[in-house]
Amino acid sequence: MKENMLQAEGLTKRFGTIQALAGLDLAAPAGSILGVLGPNGAGKTTALRILTTLALPDSGRAQVAGYDVVRNPAAVRRNIGVAAQNATLDETLTGRQNLLMVGELSQMRRADARVRAEELLRTFELTDAAGRVLKGYSGGMRRRLDLAASMMTRPPVLFLDEPTTGLDPTSRHRVWSVIRGLVGEGVTVLLTTQYLDEADQLADRIAVVDHGRVIAEGSPAELKRLTGGARLEATLSISDHAALDALRPLVEGPFQVSEDGRHLRAPVRSTAGLVARVVRVLDAAGVDVEDVAVHQPSLDDVFMRLTSAVPVEASVWMADGQAARKPELQEVTR
Amino acid sequence: MIEALPMVRAGGASLPVRMAGALRDVYVVTRRNLVHIAREPMQLGDVTIQPVVFTLLFVYVFGSGIPVPGGTYASFALAGLLLLNLTTSSMGTAVGLTVDLNTGVIDRFRTLPMWPAAVLVGRSITDVLAATLCTLTIAVTGLLVGWRPETDAGQITAGFGVALLFAYSLSWLAGCVGLWAKGVETAQTFGFLVLFPISFVSNALVPTRGMPDWLRLIVDWNPVSAVTAACRELWGNPNPSAMHSAWSMQHPIWTALAWSVAILVVCLPLASMLYRRRTTD
Repeated sequence: MKENMLQAEGLTKRFGTIQALAGLDLAAPAGSILGVLGPNGAGKTTALRILTTLALPDSGRAQVAGYDVVRNPAAVRRNIGVAAQNATLDETLTGRQNLLMVGELSQMRRADARVRAEELLRTFELTDAAGRVLKGYSGGMRRRLDLAASMMTRPPVLFLDEPTTGLDPTSRHRVWSVIRGLVGEGVTVLLTTQYLDEADQLADRIAVVDHGRVIAEGSPAELKRLTGGARLEATLSISDHAALDALRPLVEGPFQVSEDGRHLRAPVRSTAGLVARVVRVLDAAGVDVEDVAVHQPSLDDVFMRLTSAVPVEASVWMADGQAARKPELQEVTR
Repeated sequence: MIEALPMVRAGGASLPVRMAGALRDVYVVTRRNLVHIAREPMQLGDVTIQPVVFTLLFVYVFGSGIPVPGGTYASFALAGLLLLNLTTSSMGTAVGLTVDLNTGVIDRFRTLPMWPAAVLVGRSITDVLAATLCTLTIAVTGLLVGWRPETDAGQITAGFGVALLFAYSLSWLAGCVGLWAKGVETAQTFGFLVLFPISFVSNALVPTRGMPDWLRLIVDWNPVSAVTAACRELWGNPNPSAMHSAWSMQHPIWTALAWSVAILVVCLPLASMLYRRRTTD
């Protein structure tokens, strides 16, 4: 079996009455990106804190770069770079001074640290701001400086807690390409994110975490398959049972119908011309239809389905911009 | 197994290399603290402005009403003013550490392969540098208002050394408080509840002969009194406490050193324990 660069087995951690981790398992082979997804409070940050030697697990064990995080934290620290969620830089120093301090406290030679700091300041487009004290930095600038700090020593393992939160789209893409470049050099990355497209774009494997354990794990494609394919959604002008009868031959499972009977949803096999056929069938049945769409599964669906944070219905309707009054969907079995 | 992983950095540097690394970490942390001070120089108010104000205030306002046997009030009070300022300014350690611990930068330090105690040692060195500035300010102000040491350079230096060693030990005591305190306010309250009483319930600013016996007992064994008396003895300044029979006042230099060492022996391990506890979750 190939040795993993990052491995956690059965991690548990309790804070008072809150079970933050309830037997968490994670693994990432060298040179891969492991995305950790989960709602707020799922245990992502606690797991990250344990893996980066900031917290001790109640039970379970974890290895980073082959070293046990509890028994040999010093060796782990030599091999990791961390960009935590909250700003962990010195507000009173300049951007450049912060990077130099991180480099020097990581036993880099001052001259090497200088060269590396300038390189990273350029990479993250902070050269102009490098001489300014952090107090004047925007949220996005701090974020980028934090990322730069995590990469000062070119560590073989990087932990990035929501690396692009608060970044504008251009900076986000830039950070993505930096991360991809590092992985190309063999760096192993664990990143948590709220952006599912970020995990989709970057991660080789994704672990979905909820209530302190991994509830699904796989490549983005594997996870998308979990949702069971595409979904038909139709909005009628008025509730009409004829619509269900007309559509039944086209769908592959039970309908969900909103309380007012105007919103229909059902799993379908996505085929070319499906939407057109749906419209024709409804038209032939004399049903007045306002909107028809086939939704391809996204990681959002996986996320919503797997985690208990947000009911799938609510999220879907909110995504349609109809959050003001979300129709209650009821299962229809006939 | 570990060898199979690419890019992994092995540890196991030799002891001298690790010690050199630790010293460098202390230097880097200290330099960072000094940059903080340079950015906000008013942080130094308690070791520059306050000593001047206190010296002038006590020498001219109180001094005119307090007779000192065997000399002037200025020559009597200077050692006491030095101790008053050094003691109260050690509160800065508590506040500085609390501020550090409540910002994310400590989390960053803890993920770096640095010597963890460098944060504490760097802080205490910063404070000793501030205490040295405080001492210089007071010495210069003292000379301007009529204080004169009557001994040789060696003894004068020894007096300052005893005072600074005590200040160093107090910075570790204050460090423990800063590590224990949840917020800056708690750290400041410590200053008012502990540092001010031990500064004032002492022989620092007034001759203690007129005090009731029970109070004089406390005053004679107060470390601030011992260090003050040690400085007076080493500088050849009036030291009325020398007439007290308490062992501490008969041997103020030894008492001062013993207090400083005792505080360090207790507070050094306590501070590292509190730091570990504070930074483990």
